[in-house]
Amino acid sequence: MKRDIWTSSRRRTGAIVAIAALSLVAAGCGKGAKGSSSGGEITVGLITKTDTNPFFVKMKEGAQKEAQAKGVKLMTAAGKFDGDNASQVTAVENMIAAGVKGILITPSDTKAIVPSLEKARAKGIEVIALDTPPEPQSSADALFATNNLNAGILIGKYAKASFGSKPAKIAMLDLAPGISVGVLRHNGFLQGFGIKQGDPSIACQQDTQGDQAKGQTAMENCLQKAPDINLVYTINEPAALGAYTALKSAGKEKNVMIVSVDGGCTGVKAVQSGQIAATSQQYPLKMASQGVDSVVDFAKGGKKASGYTDTGLNLITNKAQPGVDSKDVQFGLANCWG
Amino acid sequence: MSTATATDRSEAPQQRSLLSRTSHFLTLPAVGPLLALLLACVYFSVRTDRFLTGANLSLIVQQVMVVGALAVGQTLVILTAGIDLSNGAVMALGSIFMTKLAVSSGMPGVLAILIGIAVCTAFGALNGTLVTMAKLPPFIVTLGTWNIAFALTHVYSKDQTVTGLPKSLTFLGQTFPMYNTDVTYGSVLMLVLFAVAWYVLRQTAAGRHVYAVGDNREAARLTGIPDRRLLLTVYTVAGAVYGIAALLLVGRTSVGDPQAGQTDNLDSITAVVLGGISLFGGRGSIVGALCGALIVGVIRNGLQLTGVPSIYQVLITGILVIVAVSVDQLARRKGRA
Repeated sequence: MKRDIWTSSRRRTGAIVAIAALSLVAAGCGKGAKGSSSGGEITVGLITKTDTNPFFVKMKEGAQKEAQAKGVKLMTAAGKFDGDNASQVTAVENMIAAGVKGILITPSDTKAIVPSLEKARAKGIEVIALDTPPEPQSSADALFATNNLNAGILIGKYAKASFGSKPAKIAMLDLAPGISVGVLRHNGFLQGFGIKQGDPSIACQQDTQGDQAKGQTAMENCLQKAPDINLVYTINEPAALGAYTALKSAGKEKNVMIVSVDGGCTGVKAVQSGQIAATSQQYPLKMASQGVDSVVDFAKGGKKASGYTDTGLNLITNKAQPGVDSKDVQFGLANCWG
Repeated sequence: MSTATATDRSEAPQQRSLLSRTSHFLTLPAVGPLLALLLACVYFSVRTDRFLTGANLSLIVQQVMVVGALAVGQTLVILTAGIDLSNGAVMALGSIFMTKLAVSSGMPGVLAILIGIAVCTAFGALNGTLVTMAKLPPFIVTLGTWNIAFALTHVYSKDQTVTGLPKSLTFLGQTFPMYNTDVTYGSVLMLVLFAVAWYVLRQTAAGRHVYAVGDNREAARLTGIPDRRLLLTVYTVAGAVYGIAALLLVGRTSVGDPQAGQTDNLDSITAVVLGGISLFGGRGSIVGALCGALIVGVIRNGLQLTGVPSIYQVLITGILVIVAVSVDQLARRKGRA
């Protein structure tokens, strides 16, 4: 009968293979997690929108460095795509169960995440929003972020200073409807440039989801609509690079100015090579490291952070304009992310 | 179940020793996934003392209730040798209907819920009609309806998250105490869905017909099973189940989220496949799909509790899916030989 057992059941062989694989993988991955449940240690949770965007990679790096320096444990999680609220909700719940002292989060859906944040705060956990505020902002204890309106104003002013009295034909490559980051940068640009929404100089307006390929398509369509566009506002640098590709294949890259926001390394290099005229650089690493510091302070002293902390901005360009503060590409490269 | 077994059995006919009974138990379709699930639980219980608590286990069930409910519908479709890529998007559309009607139009909660479920059922019926009447492959049909439902969700919601829901819509997210542990009503509803589906598939003629059609549609038709009507019913019922999943989703997140469900179609297929249900139809137990959904939930939760970044959960799930499908393929090949 012994032979019967070991030869008869294919399904059982399957089960054994599955179990072996599971335990192998689990054992392999679990190595770094020794002593995770030891008492008294401070744990900080970081939940980003995705695992893949360099912005969040840099944020994670900043949090990891700071956690190491302060001798606390960092726990990370992310959504599967931008806008993936369900994964973030699950991550918040799991971090509450894991007993974290504080949660740092860049909400994918600023409204949908609110009930989960409230649950965490009800358990006495400090909740800090990084980069993107939840709606209402008061559902997090504090916000560490770039001032996105100012990011837009900076490049708007820069564009105005370089255009002077020359008439502008503007293409605006936006993020997506209803997302505050995109709206704030858009409005900031208009304010900095000194025009209002609906101004006749705005020739074209398209959503890009901050994606390079979609940015290219959007620019191509804008050029069909208004071939004489000479100024392009972009929500971020991937969209800017997509716009540049479209302009180049239309042979118009020389006479069109592109301005953008972010300050990622690829973006700053594009400023260096002249593809992008200027970009507002933000500092995700700083958001995360300040966030970790704040949770450690809370764990040790019992005082939670509150309100809004501006993590700063710099305009990066190699063609500085009088009256607009800026830093050169060298500075931008030294402080870029990605 | 296989020629190898048959020869072995002929050596010792009718002998039902404890050993052979154990061996028989191990050949039941849901046993592999169940053992994998238990092993994962044991592993994480050893790694961290926060895993094996009532609150945490309840949390895991709550976290898989949406994908679990979708997996019930997905199992029905896959057992007929079909596939449903549209279920996550259909659920999202249903949840937006429920929440928007209740909040923006001030409709009574129950009515809004019923309309939401009706929308999902209609999509299921559309899938079924296209598969049976137009004779299109389920993959293509549901690829199409996936995109249609996704687009309608965004058009109807205007990409705005619906907040401020009345209690009548979110009650499935509420909890009740059981043995000092807070259990979510939604978790119970998901388990009930599985129990009902298990009963129908195991104990009723219609359920056995689902297996027969999935195993060999032509043969099933020749034995007098109304295959087209059965398929239409399966897709429609699956749609109604997605409507219930939509209500679970609303209960879980307390908002109407137009971005929801974007990867849930694949997650539900993952649960079904991990549960040892054959993508070629006709084989597997729905209990396996529950185990499959729970395995994903346990690994996600356990890795988080032990401080492993979430991306490893995706890695492990990927490996497990390939292992599970390989096992099914091996079983099929041996079965034919």
